[in-house]
Amino acid sequence: MADNTPLVEMKNISIAFGGIHAVEDVSVDLHGGEVVALVGHNGAGKSTLIKILSGAYKRDAGTILVNGEEAQITNPRDAKKYGIETIYQTLALADNVDAAANLFLGRELRTSWGTLDDVAMESETRKVMGRLNPRFQRFKEPVSRLSGGQRQSVAIARAIYFDARILIMDEPTAALGPQETAQVSDLVRQLKQEGIGIFLISHDIHDVFDLADRVVVMKNGQVVGTARPGDVTEDDVLGMIILGKCPPGAVPGPGALQVAA
Amino acid sequence: MADATSHASTSQGASATPDGVVMRFLKATELDTRMLGMLGALLIVWLGFHLLSGGLFLTPRNLWNLSVQSASVATMATGMVLVIVTRNIDLSVGSLLGFVGMIMAVTQALILPDFLDFGHPAIWIIALAVGILVGALIGALHGYVIAFLGVPAFIVTLGGLLVWRGAAWWVTSGRTIAPMDTTFRLMGGGPGGSIGATWSWIIGILACAALVLMLIQGRRQRRKFKFPLRPLWAEGFLGTVGCALILGAVAVANAYPLPSAIARRYAEANNIPIPEGGLFIAHGIAIPVLIAVGVGIVMTFLATRTRFGRYVFAIGGNPEAAELAGINTRWVVMKIFILMGVLASIAAAISTARLNAATNAQGTLDELLVIAAAVIGGTSLGGGVGTVAGAMIGAVLMQSLATGMILLGVDTPLQNIVVGAVLVVAVWLDTIYRKRTQ
Repeated sequence: MADNTPLVEMKNISIAFGGIHAVEDVSVDLHGGEVVALVGHNGAGKSTLIKILSGAYKRDAGTILVNGEEAQITNPRDAKKYGIETIYQTLALADNVDAAANLFLGRELRTSWGTLDDVAMESETRKVMGRLNPRFQRFKEPVSRLSGGQRQSVAIARAIYFDARILIMDEPTAALGPQETAQVSDLVRQLKQEGIGIFLISHDIHDVFDLADRVVVMKNGQVVGTARPGDVTEDDVLGMIILGKCPPGAVPGPGALQVAA
Repeated sequence: MADATSHASTSQGASATPDGVVMRFLKATELDTRMLGMLGALLIVWLGFHLLSGGLFLTPRNLWNLSVQSASVATMATGMVLVIVTRNIDLSVGSLLGFVGMIMAVTQALILPDFLDFGHPAIWIIALAVGILVGALIGALHGYVIAFLGVPAFIVTLGGLLVWRGAAWWVTSGRTIAPMDTTFRLMGGGPGGSIGATWSWIIGILACAALVLMLIQGRRQRRKFKFPLRPLWAEGFLGTVGCALILGAVAVANAYPLPSAIARRYAEANNIPIPEGGLFIAHGIAIPVLIAVGVGIVMTFLATRTRFGRYVFAIGGNPEAAELAGINTRWVVMKIFILMGVLASIAAAISTARLNAATNAQGTLDELLVIAAAVIGGTSLGGGVGTVAGAMIGAVLMQSLATGMILLGVDTPLQNIVVGAVLVVAVWLDTIYRKRTQ
């Protein structure tokens, strides 16, 4: 965090669906090599906020800066151009095709004839999967036949293969067992070492408290407050999530409960 | 698998052994069991009709006609696969065929003769080009409304079904246009519309060479990246059976002689002496069949070897994932409908040329045959699954049923009842198969 320009800065972001403010005037930032956890109840607006960054939704208001410069992100292709990769909660895999096809979806390797280079893609997939999940062998099967953990590793492989600088992980451990969850935690630490900025989204504070450098709490589409795990306890954060009450160690946001009224 | 076979020989008796052998064979050759099942079904239908009709079905003459009659539906079915794979449907192809056929007929029979001499060699090219352009534009219109305006494909093409049938009528106020340009007619496979014995053998041998080259190339690629190779005997088996099928088909096409009157005229025109016992001049492969096979190869290539094809299947598997992966899904869907329009135009050329006329009823109910062919050929209406080759076999299967029942003298209403029932049963069997393999 020696670098003062944030890798990503989302300023005053708002989006509404049919009159409901899913995200209202939210500002967050992320530095290189930093893990920012975005926590809150289901429906607090975390996933919506992050889908704006990944280009899946178009924001109604606000600006996004990447490396201090304003970024035009209107679709997922734009986001990928800025090195923003996303692991979606739903994994967003095409179930009927194999791991290699999913990994390279939208960015296929091609032969000099312009046709798909399936063999090269499978070879690359074997390499990256060998690092993430060495026991993975089912390269020829459609991903619908894979287990939850295997599907997750395909989605993760897709996000890290293309030299992401900003990684968004939306509930990355929701479908995983304890051992696989630990693997994902190791991976997050490793990627952080490499200087990648990571947004970690979870509805469960226990999953992310140890990993995060900062915790941003959202409620009803607004930021309740931002805290460093060293300055607050897990219970404090729970209070932020449930009540919207900002403890002394945290920086309150626009969504914080106004105590003295 | 080795485990199962060793058990079988000792304790479980003979029943498990062939099973193990079959499984090992399928594994080694990497053949698609579904496709084999379809070919098996086709074979059973053929043999059944052959026996019931007292040996009329599996004759060069009938098989040759069957291939020509399947060409138009098979051509459209290759495109319908992509449409259905992306969870859409196209109900307008029959009407589109009628309208485009009418446009091509009017172009060559009413408009062009004012500018070009009768029988000018450019006539058929211009007529075909105009037809394909019109088909592509109509497909683009359908695709635009479906993909960018968000109207369901079912509704857009249901509208298209009425609109283009009406348009086909409107162009000439219902009048039938005939005859077609003589070169244009070759596309229909009538007299002279086939390539003769020599060229058929040349094409058959070229196809065999291409097949062997593909096998070798595939093996080389796998070795380069150290992937598991098929055993040599399996490669040899695939090559041999593939070549045998290709050359067998050519032999059948070459065993069907031209009718004696036409053969005599041909001989007189080319100064060939007529031997005793009549002249044998083979038809060879029909031009519409060549067109359909060519379309099938191109469409298979598009579907499996290009980005476009990969995106089509990804959209079918999970439209949201495809969108999030940065694929411009709307443009891909629009391209599919443009392609479908072009294929309907090619089919229109084949059937107009075959009929030597364009009528406003041409292609009526073809949309149902095309959809049935694709679905019988293993295209899942749930999206994401289907093969071009399967759809083409499906088209041949549908046509075989129709032809076979005509040979047996089955009444027309009963024919429709049988075809409808077969469609439902085939999809039901497929559902069971998919549940088992998953």
